[in-house]
Amino acid sequence: MATIDILYFAWLRERIDTPRERIETSAATVAELVAELTARSERHACAFADPASVRVALDHELSDFAASIDGVAEIAFFPPMTGG
Amino acid sequence: MNVTTPLYAEGELPRYARHIALREIGGPGQARLKRASVLVVGAGGLGAPVLLYLAAAGVGRITIVDDDQVSLSNLQRQIIHSQDRLGIPKVVSARIALAGVNPFVSVTPVEERLDEGNAARLVAGHDLAIDAMDSLPARHLLNAACVAARVPLLSGAISQWEGQVTLYAPALGAPCLSCLFPVIPPEELLPTCTSAGVMGALPGIIGAMMAAEAIKLIAGAGRTLAGRLLIQDALWGESREIAIHRRDGCPVCGMIVGEAA
Repeated sequence: MATIDILYFAWLRERIDTPRERIETSAATVAELVAELTARSERHACAFADPASVRVALDHELSDFAASIDGVAEIAFFPPMTGG
Repeated sequence: MNVTTPLYAEGELPRYARHIALREIGGPGQARLKRASVLVVGAGGLGAPVLLYLAAAGVGRITIVDDDQVSLSNLQRQIIHSQDRLGIPKVVSARIALAGVNPFVSVTPVEERLDEGNAARLVAGHDLAIDAMDSLPARHLLNAACVAARVPLLSGAISQWEGQVTLYAPALGAPCLSCLFPVIPPEELLPTCTSAGVMGALPGIIGAMMAAEAIKLIAGAGRTLAGRLLIQDALWGESREIAIHRRDGCPVCGMIVGEAA
């Protein structure tokens, strides 16, 4: 099990109702982690309902859902914003 | 005998003294600002500080594109507009405000909505485009026009309490909007300022960051945001810098050969 800080921005933060959480996970990839998070609560499931609209950064670097999270300390999920 | 038109009007230069005093801008950087032509698409929340600061900084030519009119609910955050200009086109209101800040800036108001038909024409002839719009599909249209014209695109976006800023510039080795966000989410996932609300000072924070980045880029100062996305969360006091890259096979910028980032 690894301990990872997860950050949520924009509508993800609003839907999950927290800007960050620290979780214990055995997920090997971002996609596995998202599946785990989706199973955690209705709020998480709602936030990740359209994963194609969400980008992920592993330790402050843009990555993708197929990437390994081995050794990663912080994972940030963020969508595009539209307001001006 | 060489007769050249002076760069600055009589009495203009002293207003830029505090920029000229900066080692990173100086006389040469100020001259680059004066010679620059910048396109600002959107004269709303983000456009307000961007336009005011760029005019104050002495950017020589500014084109403002927006097809909206000033309404009462704009005034909570769009500080370029005012109570006595309610109901008039935002580009006209903005031009009045900019003339008050710096009468030596040449301002071109364009009362149009950016679309497929006018994007290339609007971008042409500018050194920098600034995306301060409120529609993601329109942002992608501007991105494609900027990629095609090889004009760097400084982009800011806000939602409720949060903002994002980056410089899209494939020709400089940085990603374009489509590299970073290839998918336009469905409408219901994209809260606009109208439907979801926005904290009034937020576009001030993000818009001032955009103005600073524009001044740096034009003057050649410091390190730009090419290849870096800044995310600012004003509600929780979180900010993150995320390294972003060009995407292999990006349908918008894939054909552009960029310098190493």
